[in-house]
Amino acid sequence: MVEFAIIILEILVVFGVLLLLVAYLTWLERKVLGHMQSRLGPHRVGINGLLQPIADGIKLFFKEDVIVTAADKAVYHLAPFIILSTALSTVAVIPFGDTIKLFGYEIPLRIADINIGLLYIFALSSLGVYGIVLAGWSSNNKYALMGGLRSAAQMISYELPLGLATIGVLMQSESLSLGKIVQAQAVQGWFFLPQFIGFLIFFICAVAECNRTPFDLPEAEGELVAGFHIEYSSMKFALFFMAEYASVILMSALTVTLFFGGWLGPDFISCPAWCGPIWFGIKVFIFSFVFIWLRATFPRFRYDQLMKFGWKILFPLSIINIALTAIVMIR
Amino acid sequence: MVRATIKGIWALIKGLGVTVRFFFTRPVTMKYPEEKREPYLRYRGSHILRLDEKGKERCVACSLCATICPAQVITIEPGEGNEHEKYPITFEIDMGKCIFCGYCVEACPKAAIIMSRSYELAEYRRDDLTYDKERLIKAGK
Repeated sequence: MVEFAIIILEILVVFGVLLLLVAYLTWLERKVLGHMQSRLGPHRVGINGLLQPIADGIKLFFKEDVIVTAADKAVYHLAPFIILSTALSTVAVIPFGDTIKLFGYEIPLRIADINIGLLYIFALSSLGVYGIVLAGWSSNNKYALMGGLRSAAQMISYELPLGLATIGVLMQSESLSLGKIVQAQAVQGWFFLPQFIGFLIFFICAVAECNRTPFDLPEAEGELVAGFHIEYSSMKFALFFMAEYASVILMSALTVTLFFGGWLGPDFISCPAWCGPIWFGIKVFIFSFVFIWLRATFPRFRYDQLMKFGWKILFPLSIINIALTAIVMIR
Repeated sequence: MVRATIKGIWALIKGLGVTVRFFFTRPVTMKYPEEKREPYLRYRGSHILRLDEKGKERCVACSLCATICPAQVITIEPGEGNEHEKYPITFEIDMGKCIFCGYCVEACPKAAIIMSRSYELAEYRRDDLTYDKERLIKAGK
């Protein structure tokens, strides 16, 4: 019974923190983008605009929910929920720290350490693309449809290198469970050094997976106005928005778990087990910052460039990476 | 091909360097109503009608400014004072039409009209954009 209560509490805490982080990632993004473009970013609501996400949330909540008359209603309503729920539920297998002891109870700092954690994440994040495709299709708008189609094509070009880039990690850790992968890194050292090519491929594909610049083709505002979410307003738009930022955090978390030692701190600082979430948070913050940094720097890929890059460069590179890892491991 | 790839990747890294450099420099924008930018010394803002040392207006209603004004925004109605001197009974500038060229300042033989550096000229009503003599004199005090 107590274990059950602990799990429920953990779920509440993790999702609460995640949603708060999602809200404040929008603030961080606007602030960082602003300063990188020699602007100030939001600074009106609260000190340094710290209450801006709350103001935005209230505004979006009270906006009129415009529903397109010609839309395929059921699918139209379902799409934002598919994309957000798949983005949020991947957090369930991310380990934030080792097992800690609190008030005599052993608390594992993850919601569920299932033995196919990585597969689970890939399965769900691929399902998230259905949300985008269905949103694009059901809106009955040519721009939205184009956005959805692009998303589907992009998914095919990027899921493959994304999965293959992690194979090297799996070969070294000999497990699909994210907790075991981190524990393997405690023994073998962080994987980003032996798997540097894998890390680069994985991170590039992670940016594409989150539909972030320079791979934000599904919502390319220059050509497609807003792409797949053009016909969504009010809270439904906010759900797409939240899903994007949630997947940024989750992809950062996954990068950290696979390549940067998850909750492990640097070797020269010894720290008790409760430090794990802090190290993890710092690393995730750094990668979320890199996501924003990339957005501030690079222009969007052209459609054919993106496909070419995915199939002709990333895909062979990831296969070479697997082969190299295998050769080094056998020797 | 290898060379082109390395060159391309280096270009990407250089781009990242540019953004991170700007991240650590001061923004060029300001929190406008709280902070105000100081205009340059020769900035041409709204007009001022100057007074002489005795506190009398310098303008002699010669209408040179009204004549040279390319936008024709200056309206002067001359009158005669107690000692047979000319003075403007009305002196109006329609700021809504003024192009802030500064020709009136150049034309004035008495240096009676000059331009201030004030640039916050917005009004809620269009009528309020027409500055009368009292307002132009008050702007100089």
